[in-house]
Amino acid sequence: MATFFGEVLSVHSRAVEEDDREDEESENEEDVEIRRELEEKRKVHLKWCPEVSQAVEACTDKTLLCSHLIIAVGTNATGFVSAFILNSASWNRVGWLSLWNERNRGSSLVNSPPAPGEPSCMIYQQKEGGSVLICQCTCYVAEDQLFQWTEKVFACLQKRGLTVTVLSDAPIAEYKTSDYHHGSDIPFLRALKTSAYKEVVNCPFLEQPNIVTGLPAAVLCHCQIHGIPAVLYQSYSDVISADSVTMETYKLALTWTKSIKLEPPTTDILQKFTRGCDDVHGNLYT
Amino acid sequence: MFVPIDETRPAFKSYTLILPAISVGNVGQLAADLIISTLQLQKIGYFHTDGLIPMVGNNPYATSAENANDLSTNAEVYCSKDLKLTVLQIRAPILQTKIKQFRKSIVSWIKSSGFSKTVLLSSSHAYQRDDQQLEGTPLRYLLSPALQQEAGPRIKELEWREMEKVCAFPGISDSEQRLFIPGGGITKGLYTDCCNEDIPMAVVLMFCSEGDNIPDAFALGNYLNDWLHLLSKPAQGSPQWNIPPSWKLLFGGGIPPAIF
Repeated sequence: MATFFGEVLSVHSRAVEEDDREDEESENEEDVEIRRELEEKRKVHLKWCPEVSQAVEACTDKTLLCSHLIIAVGTNATGFVSAFILNSASWNRVGWLSLWNERNRGSSLVNSPPAPGEPSCMIYQQKEGGSVLICQCTCYVAEDQLFQWTEKVFACLQKRGLTVTVLSDAPIAEYKTSDYHHGSDIPFLRALKTSAYKEVVNCPFLEQPNIVTGLPAAVLCHCQIHGIPAVLYQSYSDVISADSVTMETYKLALTWTKSIKLEPPTTDILQKFTRGCDDVHGNLYT
Repeated sequence: MFVPIDETRPAFKSYTLILPAISVGNVGQLAADLIISTLQLQKIGYFHTDGLIPMVGNNPYATSAENANDLSTNAEVYCSKDLKLTVLQIRAPILQTKIKQFRKSIVSWIKSSGFSKTVLLSSSHAYQRDDQQLEGTPLRYLLSPALQQEAGPRIKELEWREMEKVCAFPGISDSEQRLFIPGGGITKGLYTDCCNEDIPMAVVLMFCSEGDNIPDAFALGNYLNDWLHLLSKPAQGSPQWNIPPSWKLLFGGGIPPAIF
């Protein structure tokens, strides 16, 4: 494509890469080895604490009994779960997923849990052997790791009696509607569910042509194909940082859920999860 | 791998399979949308693979409030028993590190299912055309050797143009000729795989550029229909295609009034 000033720019297609990828056909041993090492580095690892590991091993099909899996993805979804559910101190940290990618250069030690404050995927279980698991995902899971992440998690869970709820943040800029959404409507929830999910959904469904990608999509895809009842509640917000108003939208998703109890946090606790996000970073004038 | 929606495994033997390549302008995928939406094909399963970027949404071919909230995934299989037609719709890009694997899984499924022929809908960068290709129709075809005998005569009747080969070394006219489909995604790779595996495959593609590719999708659909007769065609004009609801707002949502 020639521009106005005469220089030639390469045109990028939204669908395909420019190069023919014929180089893949003529790979030598060294290339294959590099590719294998890179794949190894990008593997997703799931580690359980000793008690849960034992429970998994004790089961004939090496799976954990779980009636409800709640997955929170994004700052506000995880903030909601921390403030309204995990804060009640009746939850134990029982496992984590460790992975490496360009945006998540976390600990390279697979066997030790992520440090506090480090982006991570932590799994919590109710104390005294409850059958509800919560997975809080604050780290970025790359596109090539999504399938692996999902397969690893669901391979450990008994499919019978399992229901999955996914809470996920999304920017309002990605929401397509013919009528522009005014400020007073934001944030709002939209839902998607698998065919096997028969419970009431507490908000409108996500209208076409909107789609969902990332970890929530990978989980829902898996659940749809394997006939697992699952529902996704996506909160569209115009705030990218942790925000108490956006967090509160998720209350609608879990208010009627019998398996967990929402405990409205005090102002101090809520501030703990939103503090620091009002700080202006990289301000030239301070 | 193919995962059926219910327990009964559909029989694909002697069916025609249509699938799109993820290619410039997404023309193959748009044309597949038109086919599924117009013929109201029924969803019969999923293509479960780690080779595609995950995505989900609500039913892109919704016809009523009842079916509007049926979940849709990144690769689904639709079918018509009457037309003996199967369409694999692919809605997400292929992961760069899984291209070869993905092609293998498609070839393996085609072979195990016993499709009588496979049609790959694709496109190629219009700006890469040479002087000869700039004239005449932007539509091209390719047939694998296994399909030459069956489809060759009809293709000849339709006066379609075969995709031209190019010199391996541009400018040196007596160098080896090779197939070159820039912007075609896995088209060339999948076509070559099918030739090597003796699979009857046709590639139906058109030259186009990124932009509003709806007219290109219609053109490709009409082109295909001339051969396969999926829709009845009036004596004058083109077949009546149904645009699916998912094509709304292709270029963005409502405009905030505050910017004016």
